[in-house]
Formats: sequence, structure tokens, C-alpha cells
Amino acid sequence: MAEPRPIDTQQSAPMARTVYKIERLSKTYARNSLVALQDVHLEIHKGEFVSVIGSSGCGKSTLLKIMAGLMPPTTGRVVLEGKPVVGPRPDIGMMFQQATLLPWKTTLENVLMPIELREGRAAAKAASDKAMDLLKLVGLGDFADVYPGELSGGMAQRASICRMLISDPAMLLLDEPFSALDELTRDFMNMELQRICLERGATAFLVTHSLAEAVILSDRILVMKARPGHVVEDITIDLPRPRTLDMINTTHFGEIVSHIRDLLGKEAHQ
Amino acid sequence: MTDATNPDQMDSGGDTVWVEHEAFIDRIPRWVAMTFLFVAIVGLWDLVTRMGWVSAIILPSPAETLEDLIFVGKNLLSGGYMLEALWTTTLTVLYGFLIAISIGFSLGVLVGETKFGERAVMPYLVAIDTMPKVAFAPLFIAWLGFDIGSKVALAAFIATFPIVVSTAAGLYAATENERMLFKSVGATRMQILLRLKLPTGLPYFFTGLKIASVGVMAGAITGEFLGGGSGFGALIRQSASQLDTPRVFSLILYLSLLGLTLFFIVVWLQRRFVFWNKSGGPGGMM
Ligand SMILES: Nc1ncnc2c1ncn2[C@@H]1O[C@H](COP(=O)(O)OP(=O)(O)OP(=O)(O)O)[C@@H](O)[C@H]1O
Ligand SMILES: [Mg+2]
Repeated sequence: MAEPRPIDTQQSAPMARTVYKIERLSKTYARNSLVALQDVHLEIHKGEFVSVIGSSGCGKSTLLKIMAGLMPPTTGRVVLEGKPVVGPRPDIGMMFQQATLLPWKTTLENVLMPIELREGRAAAKAASDKAMDLLKLVGLGDFADVYPGELSGGMAQRASICRMLISDPAMLLLDEPFSALDELTRDFMNMELQRICLERGATAFLVTHSLAEAVILSDRILVMKARPGHVVEDITIDLPRPRTLDMINTTHFGEIVSHIRDLLGKEAHQ
Repeated sequence: MTDATNPDQMDSGGDTVWVEHEAFIDRIPRWVAMTFLFVAIVGLWDLVTRMGWVSAIILPSPAETLEDLIFVGKNLLSGGYMLEALWTTTLTVLYGFLIAISIGFSLGVLVGETKFGERAVMPYLVAIDTMPKVAFAPLFIAWLGFDIGSKVALAAFIATFPIVVSTAAGLYAATENERMLFKSVGATRMQILLRLKLPTGLPYFFTGLKIASVGVMAGAITGEFLGGGSGFGALIRQSASQLDTPRVFSLILYLSLLGLTLFFIVVWLQRRFVFWNKSGGPGGMM
């Protein structure tokens, strides 16, 4: 963009290895010939946390589904770790707005579900120590044998984080994972997510509607615009890591948020 | 002044200032309410017959009915011909139910899981479901004769539809995100059906079974009314044609025990298998 962006410093750290590469990606839904995405280019580097923000219906979930291999693009290609994405892959972990835990399985069994589906019961049983470690990591050690009906919304989402991590994915794809939670729980979950990503050096791609959440978590924020969905801004957030919740109250944080809000507002009124 | 809404007074005593008044009906136990209604109805019934407002042939007195109830009960307990009739009807109902479950479940999966089922099969099912299904009874009798077969067929025919509909509805119940989650971990279509859609649909399936358990009784008895034979339905019709109204009453009562038993077996199975859905939601406990 031509206008000056005081907070958009250029990539500070030495450029890390590219994990995801998305080129000339377009998606037209055949059913209603709706152009959901047009000409999206995107590169995500190892260990990077990238958020995407944009008005409802601008194609965020569509982009995420294509990145996850759940849906083929109309044109363009998606490459993860050097291999084109042509279907679901074990090195991708996903999380959605609802925890989607199966109510007839215990928390532990839910966490083991991806392994059970992919490799069978024996493999799942063998991985239960690992699942327990993950549950302890998010503070759910005592709830392993409880059914999801007894978990709070935040606890259920923490369990679904464990389910996502059980197969050590290189890439985390998160579609508004905490938007159904109350604000305090959400802040807490954001810090948990940051800790987990830093500890594991995980690469993450987050769809969110919350500016504060995007800024506090991300190294880069993509602003998307609808009809047809495409990326209009790629903003680098230069806040130091690890981020803390007090940063939300700093003037710098406020400047970043209002800058993005301006951008979004402009898009909305165009 | 003891105005409860006065804030000065609210903290002073530590007394509750706002008491929720329970309605009268909430405070009496259920069995008391039920007994009360029962006594009231029987009392009214007794009054109506005692005063001769209704002829005894149309409405026997409670005492007469009770007497016959005991008589029929004794016959049933001593293994008389009525027990045989009840057994025939029980078998009809059970066979009908099992057939309805197998056909209904299979069709439900076909409709709920495949495009062909949804597009091609479902319209026909809806069309047949809107017909009065007992009208098919003469056909079944013509095809299967006056034996138990034609009654089983009618009972199964009536009970199949709610099971098809509820099974199919249950298969649609898993959310888009749940299906996406399964796909994202590489689940096959079969795994999604068996590990996600069917368990998610189980509460719906049981709701269908409860409706079907009522329908299967209606089918069996209608079949026996129209096709004769040795079942309870035939006994009822026979007693009615002899104007033995007390007998009709007591036969219906014992028959309802069979229906209740079936219904509660389904409820019991539901509690066992859908342990996670204790209340609310489709097919919450009752
Ligand atoms: N399966 C589908 N078939 C047809 N059109 C679809 C389908 N899924 C999404 N769309 C359309 O594509 C556009 C983008 O949808 P998408 O779900 O990606 O938006 P989004 O940015 O995630 O919105 P939100 O913020 O509300 O979640 C929308 O206009 C939507 O109506
Ligand atoms: Mg979305």
C-alpha cells in the first residue's frame, strides 16, 4: 500500500523457512457460481503466527478449508512443506469455533480420536500417555476420564487443542476457535495458545473477528476483503514476544488496533 | 415498616427478602395428583352408571369392570385361552417391531446417507407415509392369509415409517464442523458414518422407536380386528359383538400393559445406549 504505515516495520528476524505457499488461489463455488476467493497469494514461514481478519463472508473459512485440503481450489496451488496439499494431511491440525468433542467419548478418548481413526485402537492406546501429557499441559489432567458434557466451554476448547496437537502437526489451522468463549476465558486461552506455539515452534494460521486477539497473537495480520475474497493488506506486528495481556493497554497496541480498524472501515465503506 | 423492597431493610436481618412462591401443584407429589385424578374419574364414572344416565351395555359400572378385570386376570395367570391370545399378539408385535427396525433402519441409512436415497427413495416414502396405512390391511390379508403373517406385516408396515424418518434425521444431525473435523483427520466415509453420524443420530433413532412402539401395537390389533385369528384383537372384537362391554374394557386394559412394557423397554435401552444425553435435545429421556 502506498500510504505510510508507521507500525509496519519490515520483517525483523532473518527470514525463516517457508512452510506454506499459496499461489494464485481462486475458488468459485459451483453451486451458486459465487467467487469466494480470487487470486490469493500467501507465504507463511516456520514458527510464524498469521491471523486473517475481514468482514463476514469474505472467504476466510473457504481459504482455511482449502489450506486444510478439505476442499479443492478452482485454480492455483497450495504447497505445505514442499508437498502440494491434495487432501487432508496428518501434519495439519485444525480447530473450530465449537469444540466438537464427541459426547459419548471421555476427554482422553476425544484427544486420541485422530489417532484412533487414522491408525486404529491399538495405536490410540499406545498414545494415551502422550495424550495425558497434553491434557496436563493445558490443565485438564484431572478431567481425562470425564465426559465432555461436564466440561465448561473453555475446558472443552482446551481439550480440542490437545486433540489438535496429538499428531504433532507442523501447521495449526484455527477457525475462530475462541469466539464462543467469554472475554476473560478468551484472553486466558490466547495466552495458552501463544505458550503452546512458542514451546513447540508451531506455525499457526488463525481466522478471527477480534482485532485485539489478532494483534496480541500474531506476527502478521492479513486483512481480507469480500466479493471477490482477496487479501488487501499484510501487516507485520512488531510487538516483542512473549506477549502479555498488559500489552493490550499500551498506546502502541492501541495504535496498531486503530490502524487496522481504519483499514477495515475503509474496506467496509468502499 | 417492613417493606421488603426497602434497601435499608434488605441487609439488616439476613432474612430472605424475596421468596419464590411455589404453585400449589408443585408442592404435591406426583402420585398424589395422579391418585386424585383417578379417584375423581372413577367416581364420576360410578355416578354416571349408578344414576342410570348411560345404559349398562354402553358403559358398565366400575364394579362390574373390576370384577371382569379380576376374571380375565385369573384366566391369564392360569394359562387359559386368553394367555394364548395375549402371547399371539405379543409375538405379532415383537416380530413386527423387529422387522420394522431392520427395514426402517436400512431405509433410513439409505435416505440419510446417499444422494440416491434422498432424491429417489424419500419422495415415495413421504407419499406412502401420508396414506392411511391401515387401509393396506386387506391387501396384506389377501397376500399373507389369515395367519399371524398378515398382522405382522401390517404392524411392521405402520412402525417402519417413523424409524426411517428418525434414522435419516439423525444422520443429518452431525454438524458441518464435526464432519469437517473427521475429514481433516483423514476419516473415510464409512468411519464418518459409523463413528460420527450414527452415534450422533442415536437419540433421534430412539425417538423414532418410541413412536414406532405405539404404531406397532395399533397395527397388530387392527390386523387382528380385520383378519381374525387367535390374538387379543380378535378377542376384543368377539366380546364387542356379544355386547360384553366389561370384557372389552378389561381386555383393552391388559393390552395396554403390553404396549407400556414395549415402550419402557425402548426407554430403558435408550438410557443405556444414549447415556450422554440425559435431558433435553432430541430424544432426551422422555
Ligand atoms: N459450500 C458453499 N457453497 C456455496 N457458497 C458458499 C459455500 N460456503 C461458503 N459460501 C459462500 O462463500 C462466501 C465466503 O464464505 P466463508 O465461509 O469462507 O466466509 P467467512 O469469511 O468465513 O465468513 P464468516 O466470518 O461469517 O465465517 C460467502 O459468501 C458464503 O456464502
Ligand atoms: Mg467463517
